Amino acid sequence: MANTMDKAPEGALSSLKTGFYNRLSMLGILVLCLLLCVPVLTILASVTSSSDGVWQHLYDTVLGDYVTHSLTLLAGVGVSVLVLGIGPAWLVTMTRFPGSRILEWALVLPLAMPAYIIAYTYTGMLDVGGPLQGWIRESFDLRFGDYWFPNVRSLGGAVAMLALVLYPYVYLLSRTAFLEQSVCVLEVSRTLGASPWRAFTRVAIPLARPAIIAGLSLVLMETLADYGTVQYFGVSAFTTGIFRTWFGLGSITAAAQLAAVLMIFILFLVLTEHWSRQQARYHHTSNKYSRLPQLQLTGWKRVAAMIYCILPVLLGFLIPFIQLSFWAVDTWHLVDKDSFFTLFMNSLELASITAVIALLLGIFITYSKRLRPTLTLRGVVRVMGLGYAIPGTVIAVGVLIPFAWFDNTLDAWMREHFDIATGLLFSGTLIAVVFAYLVRFLPVALNTLDAGLGKIKPTMDDVGRSMGLSPLQILRRVHLPLLQGSLLTASLLVFVDVLKELPATLILRPFNFNTLAIRTYELANQERLTEAASSALLIVLAGILPVIILSKSISRSRPGHDSST
Amino acid sequence: MLRKLTLPLLSVCCTFSYTVFCAPVFAAEVNIYSARQENLIKPILDIFTERTGVTVNLVTGAADELIQRLTLEGDNSPADMLITEDVGRLYRAKQAGVLQAVESAGINDVIPAQYRDSEGFWYGLSLRSRVIIYDKARVSPADLSTYADLANPKWDNKICVRSSGNIYNQSLVASMISRNGIEATELWATGLVGNFGRDPQGGDREQISAVAAGQCDLAISNTYYFGGMLKSDDEAVRKAAEAVAVFFPDQGGNGAHMNVSGAGITKAAKNRDAAVQLMEFLAGEEAQAWYAEVNNEFPVRSDVPASELLQSWGTFKADNLALEQLGIHNADAVRLMDRAGWK
Repeated sequence: MANTMDKAPEGALSSLKTGFYNRLSMLGILVLCLLLCVPVLTILASVTSSSDGVWQHLYDTVLGDYVTHSLTLLAGVGVSVLVLGIGPAWLVTMTRFPGSRILEWALVLPLAMPAYIIAYTYTGMLDVGGPLQGWIRESFDLRFGDYWFPNVRSLGGAVAMLALVLYPYVYLLSRTAFLEQSVCVLEVSRTLGASPWRAFTRVAIPLARPAIIAGLSLVLMETLADYGTVQYFGVSAFTTGIFRTWFGLGSITAAAQLAAVLMIFILFLVLTEHWSRQQARYHHTSNKYSRLPQLQLTGWKRVAAMIYCILPVLLGFLIPFIQLSFWAVDTWHLVDKDSFFTLFMNSLELASITAVIALLLGIFITYSKRLRPTLTLRGVVRVMGLGYAIPGTVIAVGVLIPFAWFDNTLDAWMREHFDIATGLLFSGTLIAVVFAYLVRFLPVALNTLDAGLGKIKPTMDDVGRSMGLSPLQILRRVHLPLLQGSLLTASLLVFVDVLKELPATLILRPFNFNTLAIRTYELANQERLTEAASSALLIVLAGILPVIILSKSISRSRPGHDSST
Repeated sequence: MLRKLTLPLLSVCCTFSYTVFCAPVFAAEVNIYSARQENLIKPILDIFTERTGVTVNLVTGAADELIQRLTLEGDNSPADMLITEDVGRLYRAKQAGVLQAVESAGINDVIPAQYRDSEGFWYGLSLRSRVIIYDKARVSPADLSTYADLANPKWDNKICVRSSGNIYNQSLVASMISRNGIEATELWATGLVGNFGRDPQGGDREQISAVAAGQCDLAISNTYYFGGMLKSDDEAVRKAAEAVAVFFPDQGGNGAHMNVSGAGITKAAKNRDAAVQLMEFLAGEEAQAWYAEVNNEFPVRSDVPASELLQSWGTFKADNLALEQLGIHNADAVRLMDRAGWK
């Protein structure tokens, strides 16, 4: 890609022309972004309508629970993913202990496990009626209540489940950051007398802050958007509240208003973080990347590091994976296997299409933002970013409303003027499904690309421009090659997210079209968890490969990394 | 990198556009939005297609979302029929204005009046009861009597039931509101919540498992979940189900609370005749037997016998409350449960 043919810089006329095209493309990108904001805006617009006293009822009864539970969930998951993500990332990057090479990529595996599936699995194992407690009762001749056992289906359980499958975001991004840090800074801190621990807490972590925050905010947004887990555990959080208000109280307005409150809260969090960083910049000023000095751990430290790094993989991936495999084998004869291939292909097809589109859009949007960070564009991108924190069902309705409106209006107009019925053009097609995915997952791509692009010094652009390259040429010949790692990360994250996505697919898909996630949901919804295991397992398997590629490519991403090591 | 991706990308795009734009269209068809899951309906639809040559297209999903989709799609909606669990949903669909009334003597003659809409907007197709499941070792059925008695302090810390977000609970409470009024029902609900053995969590099957495991003595559950557990391939599940038994409440009074899964023809239906034909087929004797048995439900027709398993639970008196009432009182029920602290 980097060696495309050179073209000599042309005259003033062409630069005028590119100026015009630039402006045109900027406008195009703005329109595109606005289009992707429509679902979010549709929901935000609900704030102005009245909801007939539903709020009073909520306030009197359940709103307090929704707020405290959601905040507890956020705090619990937030702290847990930092502990589960940063520590292992540092250990596998900077030290060596038995198994550290495998753990490097294995630590990402839980990313392939949808939260609702890990929740079903652990409940099946640890519930009162499950095999483990049954075994305890039988072997020790105890009755329920005679022994202590943690309740999986609780707020704490929900925190654990979400943290176990979401920590890889923090792990991935902080590991990338650690790999990219120049050794000089760390060496300087060590010569100044800092212990390795101090170098880690006072130098490495603060330097990795943008990456850690980016990972953490993805986690927190996923947590707020989660419906499957909290609903299954009977935790009354904001998302379950939205559904209850919408369907139970029959007030779509109040439900949308709850969702809007959620969005405003997230916007507030994002802005606070941004403000607290103020003028700090995080690109690396030194280009000296010697090989990382990997410390060989010995003695108890070695054992402790091993346990610390194995636990997240064991709990977040291995145990549920093995349990699912057992269930899948047990129920294999009951499962409709003929359709598996189609379901598998459907899931892959949607995931790859969305990943490619998200990548292309992501590149152009982040790059335009870099070229011309106008207030409008930045604002629009920020609103778009909220999509990730909104429950899939709400997004789906946010997509359904404008699509149906457009289709119906066009149909009416065509009938009136040309006597042609166009019917529903986009509603109920895969286009609507992919659009919803983009609204929901494009922020992941944007986050990743933004972080990657932010690390490329603006002087690189200046140099390129001074050599007469157009912005597009700079993008192609300077940024894209430098961004390869981020590009891969962005597309694979979107890919895996789409594989796991359920609610939007469920509502928006066309006739006779199913995915693995839908099959899993249907069986689990009939409380036939063991039969759901084989399709659940297929989702995980389809996600594993991209996740491993991702992890491997990150290991190779260290600038100046010698591929033979 | 881009060049290497071109071919796979192109092929993906081609299949994609094929599925979007070129899906084959046949003359005679019925399009269904179904909240009843694929494995519980697709086989009988296939038989219908085989017999009549009418193609059936299916989207499954959650009931409320499907109704929302119907509402937003309006007159251009491609759906001809909505199939869903629980009368509360059928009523919501009627209220949302997405269904149309159908008069078919063939259907009206076989489906009892209380299990269909009085104006013909929806028809029940299978029956389930919401019953008490009790532990055979710790509870004597002689101690059980009515739903109202579940609020009796003697059951303190002994009852397991799922969240009030669940429509089956909402419908049960709605039936009590319709019989006893809001005030009395709220008093009852508060008493019931006081007797909960744990915070509501999980589905009906989990409540039954919790009783078998000894966390609670009683559970409130729909009959088909219990039936499904008895017929499970998993020995542990079967063993749990065998430790408990069904009690049909209110046998001296109004009878056990009943609900349906059912269907209605959409207002936007483009294939109305074929859809009515399908509805008649589903109400027919053969379909009724299959439709009920596959999910361990009771057929809605009294002249079609229930499965052997269900018959083994004995005959019982069913509440003959017109099911519309459950829909009418649904929103009141939700608010009431919020106030009673039923999570």
